[in-house]
Amino acid sequence: MIKREKIEQELRSAFTGVEFQFSDIYGAFVLDLPASEILRVMGHLKNHGHFDILMNLSGVDYPDRAKRFEVVYELFSTRTINRMRVRCQVAADEGIASVTPVWKAANWFEREAYDMYGILFKGHPNLQRILCHHEFQGHALRKDYPADLQQHCKTVMPIHFEDDWNYEPNPDSDLMPLNIGPAHPATHGTLRVMAELDGEVVKRANVELGYLHRCFEKMAETHPYNQVIPYTDRLNYCSAPMNNIGYCKAVEKLLGVEVPPKAQAIRIILAELSRIIDHIVCIGANAVDLGALTGFFYLFQYREKVYTLFEKLCGARLTVSLTRIGGMAQDPPEGWFDDVLEFCKEMSKGVDDLETLLTGNKIWIQRTKGVGAISDKQAIEWGYTGPMLRAAGVGLDLRKADPYYGYETLDFDVPIGSTGCCYDRYLVRVAEMRESIKIIRQVAKSVPGGDYTIRDRSIVLPEKKDVYGNIEGLMNHFMLIMKGLRPPKGEVYDATEAANGELGFYLVSDGSAKPYRLRVRPPCFAIYQSFPEQVTGGLVADVISILGSMNLIAGELDR
Amino acid sequence: MATSSNGKYGSQQDLVNESKSFAFTTRIDDIIAWGRKNSLWPMPYGTACCGIELMSVMGPRYDLARFGAEVVRFSPRQADLLIVAGTITEKMAPIILRIYEQMLEPKYVLSMGACAISGGFYRAYHVLQGVDKVIPVDVYIPGWPPAPESVLDGVMTIQKMIADHHPRPWRNNWVAGEYR
Repeated sequence: MIKREKIEQELRSAFTGVEFQFSDIYGAFVLDLPASEILRVMGHLKNHGHFDILMNLSGVDYPDRAKRFEVVYELFSTRTINRMRVRCQVAADEGIASVTPVWKAANWFEREAYDMYGILFKGHPNLQRILCHHEFQGHALRKDYPADLQQHCKTVMPIHFEDDWNYEPNPDSDLMPLNIGPAHPATHGTLRVMAELDGEVVKRANVELGYLHRCFEKMAETHPYNQVIPYTDRLNYCSAPMNNIGYCKAVEKLLGVEVPPKAQAIRIILAELSRIIDHIVCIGANAVDLGALTGFFYLFQYREKVYTLFEKLCGARLTVSLTRIGGMAQDPPEGWFDDVLEFCKEMSKGVDDLETLLTGNKIWIQRTKGVGAISDKQAIEWGYTGPMLRAAGVGLDLRKADPYYGYETLDFDVPIGSTGCCYDRYLVRVAEMRESIKIIRQVAKSVPGGDYTIRDRSIVLPEKKDVYGNIEGLMNHFMLIMKGLRPPKGEVYDATEAANGELGFYLVSDGSAKPYRLRVRPPCFAIYQSFPEQVTGGLVADVISILGSMNLIAGELDR
Repeated sequence: MATSSNGKYGSQQDLVNESKSFAFTTRIDDIIAWGRKNSLWPMPYGTACCGIELMSVMGPRYDLARFGAEVVRFSPRQADLLIVAGTITEKMAPIILRIYEQMLEPKYVLSMGACAISGGFYRAYHVLQGVDKVIPVDVYIPGWPPAPESVLDGVMTIQKMIADHHPRPWRNNWVAGEYR
């Protein structure tokens, strides 16, 4: 651990005369500083080896303040696993220096803050809208923008590039513009890739996102805390329970409660089952794109088995919404843990089958090995997390580095790759599936007894039998529904290791029954940013390999 | 072909009986509808969570192929059933309209899940409040996402509509409207 005092001292001596204000908010190390100093201070924090990843950047709107917006930077160190939050207040017309010269990763995050709040980032290479459509007027996450005011879009953006927004194809040139998506089978989801080709070689590329921008963050601001849970399901819908867990964990941190051991165990099992099915979709779809359909059919039967487990647990298959703030929604049915153990047995065989099909497959190796290779330094620069970062050789896994729910007591390894190429990513995912099976086995064999949720009357709804059976239960239910769950004022950033990497929730509460601001740090947003650079100079066929290996889930990417 | 010289087809009734053994009579409309309903070529337009459930429908357990809708086409020119699976945003609206217009007649649209039907719980600034604001929908499959069984039921409903020549006023009166 780097001493906070050391950073404080260092900053104060390096920047004399600058007003720094350090504080501790819910255990987080927070620095408030004037917006004019942001670039220098960020440069210092990165170059002096404190923080190497810009994990998140978000805007917050406080219409009553003299300076309306707050830009919040969440920094992370892969070496010391430290976090630091830097906040700057910015007036609507004032603007703030872009930190893109320090972190490449800032590019899209700043574009998003501009799109949503209209915060101007000076010196940004390409400050354009990113999620909302190009005909959109106004800035949607400002508090004065009505949540349900739709604006119709009549046109599609023509092909454009980062450095050439008004691109005009030149018929005399040898370069051919190519548009892939957003309704293309290989972009499974709603991604759009634009490229300029010289024969088979990609000369430059760009991506457009926002085709599935469902306004998650605005919806969260207009719904009570518990009603946000179903929205989180639809972020990364390939592993929905993980998002539930991440969100509930953040709210629980704000409330200062810890869920009972049984709920923790169930959450771990759910998270690891989700990790397995998420990797199944990623590998299966990636292989389909490269022409190997068999793997998809083999793998999907195991996915169905996990769905059956979820169905037994709560009745839903895909979007389960079965965590609650404070624990779980209900106890698992009798014998459920035995079913889970049975599944582990079958899944181990399934992973073997998968490896037989793909790992030594000549075509698969030729299409993926060495394709999209990325160094560990570059991966960190882009803000990679999860399997993508581990494939590049950085052994960072929050389950080990910053454990929660008792992961520290479990025996599992963090598989890492070496080159970061698509084949390594595949191998890391396969190995992670095996590790997840290992984790589930350990947890499901010895599930602690006790309650599945805390019983705090101001947080958790009473059981249905109490609501209908006695007056206290009825009153408690009525009060909690009418008054709502009200966490104290404050803000937290809480992260879990989701299937794609660090899934972070930055939550600001003003003490009311709805979140004041809920920002998701989607892992694949940072990863996808590097896509144009990764494919430039490669073959157009490799675009598909790389796209598939990134496991881009549009719901999480566009939110 | 009916000759009485060798006595094979003695009477008119004999002729009818004989022909029933190798032929049947129907209306041309019905036989075309029969062919159409059993060889739907769906274009899966999976944008979100419903797209994942649609994968399950195509996958080994539920296997849409059993219902004669196996040949998934990703080109609208080759498809006659558009399955809109997932939220359609305002940004996507002009694209789904273009895709629908590129499909050749006869064409059918299946709207899968709450988001595609009405926007679902996304009463939000960037979400289209139902894909039927842009293109005419034949069958709505409720659910969020719908279970694969519901999707199979939806496909069978479309097949029944085709077989019965169900009138489609929503389709006949449709104009592209304000989204163009």
